[in-house]
Order: sequence, then C-alpha cells, then structure tokens
Amino acid sequence: MPDNIGATAKSGVVELSDLEVRYGDFQALQRTNLKIESGEFFSFLGPSGCGKTTLLRTISGFQSPTLGQVKIGGIDMRAAGPNMRPTALIFQNLALFPLMTVAENIGYGLRVRGVPRRDRDVTVSRLLDIVSLLGHGAKKIQELSGGQKQRVAIARALAVEPSVLLLDEPLSALDLKLRQYMRAELRAIQRRIGITFIYITHDQAEALAMSDRVAVMNAGRIEQVGSPRSIYSAPETPFVASFVGENNIIRGRIKRFDGTEATISTALGDFTGRAAGNLHCDQPAAYFVRPEALTPYQPSHETCFAGEIVEILYEGNSSQVTLRMPDGEKLIARSVTSMTASPMLGERLRVGCNRADGIVMAIEGSHP
Amino acid sequence: MRSSLALSLCLLLPFLVTAILLAGGLFRRQPNASPGPGFFRRNGPAVSIYLVIAVSAWVFLTIVFPQIAMIDLSFHPNLPPKKIGGPEDVFTLENYRYFVFGPVSSTGSLNTLHLGAYAATITASVAVTALNFILCYPIAFYMAQSALPRALRRLIILLILPYWINEVLRVFAVRLLLSDAGIVNRMLLATGLVGTPVDFIGNNVGLYWGLSYTCILTMVFTLYNALESLDKSQIEAARDLGAPWWHVHMFIVMPYAKPGIASGCALTFMSCVGSIAAPLVLGGPRTLWFTPVIYDRFYQALNWPLGAAYAVILLVSCTVFVLLSLRILGLKLGQIAR
Ligand SMILES: Nc1ncnc2c1ncn2[C@@H]1O[C@H](COP(=O)(O)OP(=O)(O)O)[C@@H](O)[C@H]1O
Ligand SMILES: [Mg+2]
Repeated sequence: MPDNIGATAKSGVVELSDLEVRYGDFQALQRTNLKIESGEFFSFLGPSGCGKTTLLRTISGFQSPTLGQVKIGGIDMRAAGPNMRPTALIFQNLALFPLMTVAENIGYGLRVRGVPRRDRDVTVSRLLDIVSLLGHGAKKIQELSGGQKQRVAIARALAVEPSVLLLDEPLSALDLKLRQYMRAELRAIQRRIGITFIYITHDQAEALAMSDRVAVMNAGRIEQVGSPRSIYSAPETPFVASFVGENNIIRGRIKRFDGTEATISTALGDFTGRAAGNLHCDQPAAYFVRPEALTPYQPSHETCFAGEIVEILYEGNSSQVTLRMPDGEKLIARSVTSMTASPMLGERLRVGCNRADGIVMAIEGSHP
Repeated sequence: MRSSLALSLCLLLPFLVTAILLAGGLFRRQPNASPGPGFFRRNGPAVSIYLVIAVSAWVFLTIVFPQIAMIDLSFHPNLPPKKIGGPEDVFTLENYRYFVFGPVSSTGSLNTLHLGAYAATITASVAVTALNFILCYPIAFYMAQSALPRALRRLIILLILPYWINEVLRVFAVRLLLSDAGIVNRMLLATGLVGTPVDFIGNNVGLYWGLSYTCILTMVFTLYNALESLDKSQIEAARDLGAPWWHVHMFIVMPYAKPGIASGCALTFMSCVGSIAAPLVLGGPRTLWFTPVIYDRFYQALNWPLGAAYAVILLVSCTVFVLLSLRILGLKLGQIAR
C-alpha cells in the first residue's frame, strides 16, 4: 500500500535530466544530466559544500528540484514524496531512533508497511545476520559502538527493500581502521544484494576503492564521470587532477598540439604529455604529473626535472621528497628512496618520467 | 501565639539553612574531599549566600509554610478569634466530612452540590487539557521543526502579546465577544446561520474557550521546548522509510516529546483546575467550578477552616492525579523538568 510506486519501479536505474537545484538565489546544483545503472556502486566525490547532500536529498525526495526531473526505474518521481520512493537514505548522522531497540529500528519500515510482527522478526534477524549483528537485536542504540550503529543504519535501510540505497558520507565519523573495514563490508553487502548504491564522500580513497563509477563534483557541477581508474589516470579538468590524488602542477603556455599530445613551454623548459581536451597554441595551460610517476632519472626517461632536495618525509613503504626547482617552485616525488642510496637534504636530484605520465590541460586565469 | 511562632520560624529558617549549608561547605573544603570545586567555591561566597537565602526563603515562605498553615487550619473548627487556642480549638475532621456529607442539619445523605462542582471541575479540566494539547501540538511542532527564524520570532510575539493584558481583562473580553450581542453572535445572525443568538456562556463554550486561552501559552512553550531538541533527521528517516505523517507523529515525535507533553499537560491541568477568573466570569449560571466554591467558603461563608479543607482536598487530589498519570505514562517526576 504505501509504495505502489516502489512496487512498479523495481529496477534501480536513476536518471537525472536537466536537474537544477537553487536555494533562493544560490545555485547549489548546476544543470546535471546523468544515468546511473541498476546495480551499480556509484559515488559522488567532491569537497565539502559542493552540493553532494543537495543532490542526494533531491534523489530521495526531500528537496524538490528547481528544474528538471529525477526518474527512478524509468518513472518520474516528481509527484512522489520521500515516503513513496523506492529509495532508502542513510543519513550523515545515521538518524537512528534512540528510543527503539536495534531490532525495532530495523523493523520500523516494515511496521509502517503493516507487515505482521512474525514476518517482521524473520526479516529483521536475516538482516542482523547480513550486517553481522546477530544477537544484538534487543540492545538499545546507545549501547552500540560507532561501527555497529553504522551497520544498524544499513540494515534499517535495506529492510524496506529499496531499489536504490543512498549513502551520505556514512563512514566519515569512524576512525581509520573501522573506516577501511566498513569500506570492504559495504562493497560486499552491495555485491550480495545487487541493488544500486549511490554513495557520497569527500574522501577520494573511499570513492576510488569502492565504486564502479565516480562522479567528481565541484561547486555544484559534475566535472567528470568515469571509472576510478580513468578518474585517477586520465583527469579531464584541472580540478579533478588536483582533487583526486596528488599532482605536481607546472604552469605555462601551449606550444604545440597535435590532437592527442601537447607540448607546453614553461619556466623550467618544454614538456610534452597527453593532451586533455581540445587545446590551441599560446593558451594558458599546465603540465600535471603525479609524484609517484617521478622516479630517479634514467636515460630512457623522456622528461627530466632537476632540483635541490628541501624536504624528505619517510613514510615506511616509501618516502616523499620535495625538490626546489630553479624557478623556486616545489616538485614532489615519491618512491625515490628504494632506488637510490638514501638522498640527503641539500643534494641535487634528477627525477624523470615518460610522456604518457604527464597531462597537459588548459587552465583559466587563477584556476590551479 | 501560634501564628507568631510560625512567623518567627519562617524568618529564622532561611538563616538556619544557610548556616547548615555553610558548615557543610566548609566541611567539604577539607583536603582530599570531593574533587572539583564545591558549590561555594564555584559561585563565590556572596552569590552563594544570596542563593541559599533566596532559594530557602522562596521554598519556605511561599510553599512550605503557607501550605502547612493551610493544612493545620483545615483540621480546626471555625471559631471566632477570641476562642482560637482555647479549649474548643481541637483537632477535628469535621471540615472534610462536610465536603462529603454536607451540613449536619441537611437532609441529603451527600453534599451533592460541592461534590458535583468538584467532579465537574476535574472532568472539565481534563477535557480542556486534552483540547489544549490538540490545539497546541501542531503550533509547537511548526515552531520547533519547520518555521524559519523570522517567522518563528513573529509567531512568538503574536503568542505572547495577548498575555501582556491582565487575565481578568482578557476573560472579560472573551465574555464580550461571546455574549448575546457580541461580535460572534452578530456575525452569525448577519450571515443567517442562526435565527436567535447562541447562548455561548450558558452552554459553557465561553468557559472552555477562556480556560484554553488562559493555558495556551504554557502548553505551546512547554511542547516547543520539548520538540525543539528533536533532530530533524529523525523525522526524515522515518519519512524515508515510508512512514506517513501521522505515523511519524505517533511513533517518532510524540514518544520523544513524552516528558514535555506530560509536563505541559500537568501544568495546564493544574492551572485550569486552579483558575478562578475564567470560571467566575465565563461560567454559565448552572456551572459551579470548584475554585469559586473555595473562594466563597473564605469570603462569603467566612468559614476559613472549611475553605482551607477544600483547598487541601483540591491540591492533594490533583497532585495525586498528576502523579498517577505520570506513573501510567512510565515517567518520573524528574524527567518532566527538563
Ligand atoms: N537549505 C539550504 N538553504 C540554503 N543553502 C543551502 C541549504 N542546504 C545547503 N545549502 C548550501 O548549498 C551548498 C551545498 O550544500 P550541500 O549539498 O550540503 O554540500 P555537501 O553535502 O557537498 O557538503 C552549500 O554551500 C550550502 O551552504
Ligand atoms: Mg553533505
């Protein structure tokens, strides 16, 4: 009875068409078109305040879009309130009901649907099993640890058999060990259940580790959508290049562009790398190269940087070495120690990489 | 004599309590006593002594002693001042007997007039409390959970404004509004909905109106206070799990606000039972509220002990009633004072 819409929208395809959200004059979400496939683990990654929660609340029906529409399972959700959508939201603060036991929390959605107590109990214990909380059903919420609360929230959302599970930075309150454990756990639960997960995070490691596809957001706009690998290795915008992982940025102007490769002329010399997008000569641009791509110089390297070591951070399995370039800018290289006799502060060091490791991208004005 | 003793006790006790607490404070200052600063250390000596005197004066002068005097008086016969303390001034239950059975000379077996007024007062107060809760809950919920700050400020001013006017004046205004020639009746007549003026006062609409009006502020703000701390995401989580609004209110919001609801209802019930202006001005000719009955014992019948007994009966029975209700709701007294 309450979710006649949910019953017909079994498939978890989420389509956003020309979606825009404004709070008064403030545009929290720029025009967005996106299709998320059924059964996909899809992440939105972006800094705090970029509109991730807004987007999630629009999908779940708590925020109505200023323009455009949300379709779930092919059905326009315009007329459906949050209680009528085949989605379940896991809140940033979990929002568990403190006056109910763990089992009552998990069973709440079923109770709302008028499921008889006996059937409810069966489902609840099955879910307790899925989230490894068997035997905790009678506990009060306050008696649980952070990770356990997390899993109760997941079980409570799964109880209503949503086609789409929406998760708003669910792991941000946990400590590092638990976060890594819960990452694997979430991914495993998603594989087992097979429904669409839409996951929001500002933590790039989380998004890359768990997702089938990632959308990187900045200031209310989706900058790039793709697999974690393509987001990391082939960023398309300066924002993505600098937000996802680390990147050294060397500014200059385009000297040559042949469609796939570009050469940029900078204060440190000319560098050639893969071209991101369409470039034209003399355009302001930057050369991006990841610290881990820079290794001690070998004759086979196509690109070379030389500078004075100003900082060494020992990180156990690798070290991070900061070089000062002739123009005063800093360049960071990683995994240098394992190859050389331990470098010393003040020494000169040459590092190099190949063309394929660098990306040349247009930048506008003050943009990084 | 009795009164002068009581008076001197009244005045002395705060100082006595101060002295005792001071001694306690000094004692606790001993090394390796309780960790953290004590009451006196935290507040400084001047403020501490003032607090102790003020609080104990408040408790003893306004609550304990008047009530003790009242209870004491209720167990004495009604005597002219000369005979007070004399041989006829004995302990008696006569005043309580009178409430149940009426004067010894009366023919009826029960004091139906006063018992009826008592029962009617309790029933009507329960009804008004329930009505008030129904009226105020949506307002309080809106204020606590959905109103934007600007709208909230405006609403609070609108709610408080009428209470700048004295209660008696407010009650008379309601009477004017609802009288045969009042605005409400004139409007009803003009629209042709009724042929003759509706007797709002006679059938107690006015009384309920006036009592609800008197208690609205208490109820709204107590509920508001309880609902304000409810995390909005609790409501959204319930909605997201498919709950219709009534379910959210019944099983998420109200259980959370239960102590506040109980507190608001108890306050409303007590002030309703104890109100005097509204029943005097707005009560229909056939309505006998219990507070005017008490008032009449004191000033019409000039029987202070009887009045005292009636006041004690009302106070004790209402307190028991409220405590029982809390017990049934599974609440402790401490919880409602959040
Ligand atoms: N109800 C609201 N009214 C006005 N502005 C809002 C509201 N909710 C969010 N915002 C603004 O919209 C922007 C995006 O917020 P949000 O979606 O919460 O970002 P994120 O979840 O990515 O941190 C922020 O600048 C925030 O201040
Ligand atoms: Mg957010």
